[in-house]
Amino acid sequence: MCLGVPGRVLSVDGLTATVDFWGVQKRVMLHLVDEPVQPGDYVLNHVGYAIRKIPAADIGATLALYDELLAGNPGDLMRADVEGELGAAKEPAR
Amino acid sequence: MTAPSPHKLEFRDPLKAKKLTARLDELVAEVGRDPVSVMHVCGSHEQAIARFGLRSAFPKALDVVMGPGCPVCITDVPEVDEAVALALQGVRVATYGDMLRVPGTVKSLADVRADGAAVEIVYSIDQALELARSEPSRELVFFGTGFETTAVATAAALLNGPPPNFSVLSAHKYIPPVMEIVTEMPGSRIEGFIAAGHAATITGSAVFEAFVRDHGVPVVVAGFEPLDILAALVRLVELIRDGKREVVNMFPRCVTREGNRVAQEQLWKVFSPTGGRWRGIAHVPNGNLRLTDAWASFDARQRHRIDVSRLWDFAPPKLLGQCVCGEIMSGSKSPRDCALFGKQCVPENPVGACMVSSEGTCRIWHQYGGHLDLRSVA
Repeated sequence: MCLGVPGRVLSVDGLTATVDFWGVQKRVMLHLVDEPVQPGDYVLNHVGYAIRKIPAADIGATLALYDELLAGNPGDLMRADVEGELGAAKEPAR
Repeated sequence: MTAPSPHKLEFRDPLKAKKLTARLDELVAEVGRDPVSVMHVCGSHEQAIARFGLRSAFPKALDVVMGPGCPVCITDVPEVDEAVALALQGVRVATYGDMLRVPGTVKSLADVRADGAAVEIVYSIDQALELARSEPSRELVFFGTGFETTAVATAAALLNGPPPNFSVLSAHKYIPPVMEIVTEMPGSRIEGFIAAGHAATITGSAVFEAFVRDHGVPVVVAGFEPLDILAALVRLVELIRDGKREVVNMFPRCVTREGNRVAQEQLWKVFSPTGGRWRGIAHVPNGNLRLTDAWASFDARQRHRIDVSRLWDFAPPKLLGQCVCGEIMSGSKSPRDCALFGKQCVPENPVGACMVSSEGTCRIWHQYGGHLDLRSVA
């Protein structure tokens, strides 16, 4: 619950964003972010809510850890936590 | 060999890792005490330390212990009882998956679900809201657990207008006050804290300044990469060596001094801090987050008569008396000191909460091993 998951914003509709997580599109809520969010930005998400816009310079370093975790064994606790966070984001509107 | 196989010690930047571990060795030697004890308060930090085999790279005299950083684990027995009682009373209860198997006095939510009670697992409060909306004639209680990072989501969801059949049973907890309690415990040898990066994203690093001033123990905010953790430890031991009482933010890519004010504003609109017990640890003044009076109609404790006394007619499981989860979370024992660990207490059949949650010390050590000496493996 503490790890969260980063994703790239594809579009913004009011306080809801469609965000790409490793090729999977989900909706996350923007009520808690303290900066304007635009398509192309990366946000850090916890239980379905973005809590932070990740500074552009730090995106690579942030993603590297998650790339490694998602490549881990299916039973890995950290991988499961990241996948849980992905489960927290809603399916995109059709 | 049946022990869980350790992950290979791999860093994105091995050279940097080597420099940091060498520096850590020097600094701990300069402090000259054995052990130098520091505490982190985050399940994700423990996962990273264990998963990447970091302890094997720490100097022998550096003791890095996990404190009360697992939100599921510190959810107290009476709080689980409240959720269990509600489910037994016929209310739908939705909660995060890790809460399902956490033992109450006699039963967990998983137990009553197996008996037919309506207990739903959700990944987010918004999924609980959808469940409530899908059956408007039936009451749904969201059993909200977790620290700052999940509490702000609960706050935002309530401010966003929940349906009338929805309420929250808050077991949300607030990290800064428990650091004071653990530091002041008799026999505590904690000389410094590593603070959790993402909780601090919300609160800001400034939240620790009063603690550092009042308790004389430095705090370093850290990220979750192995290198982040190593760098934070280097800085922390440096502060300890120099006797400096400071808050240092080593995770500036996510954390500012002020934190996320938008999220803080919503948090304190909905919640107020109140004292309460953290499972196995102590009563923590201001450590629990309860809904403010303005939100009474969405507070499950105000809205429902929760009858927990019906649970007390049964005897608690005998093994629970031997569980040392509380001592583990306050840093005075490790899972190796527990007679049940890995024997009667395993992830498939947990006795204590620390073996239930993926963020619990025992569960993490059970998966990755806690203190493997990778120097003999590498």
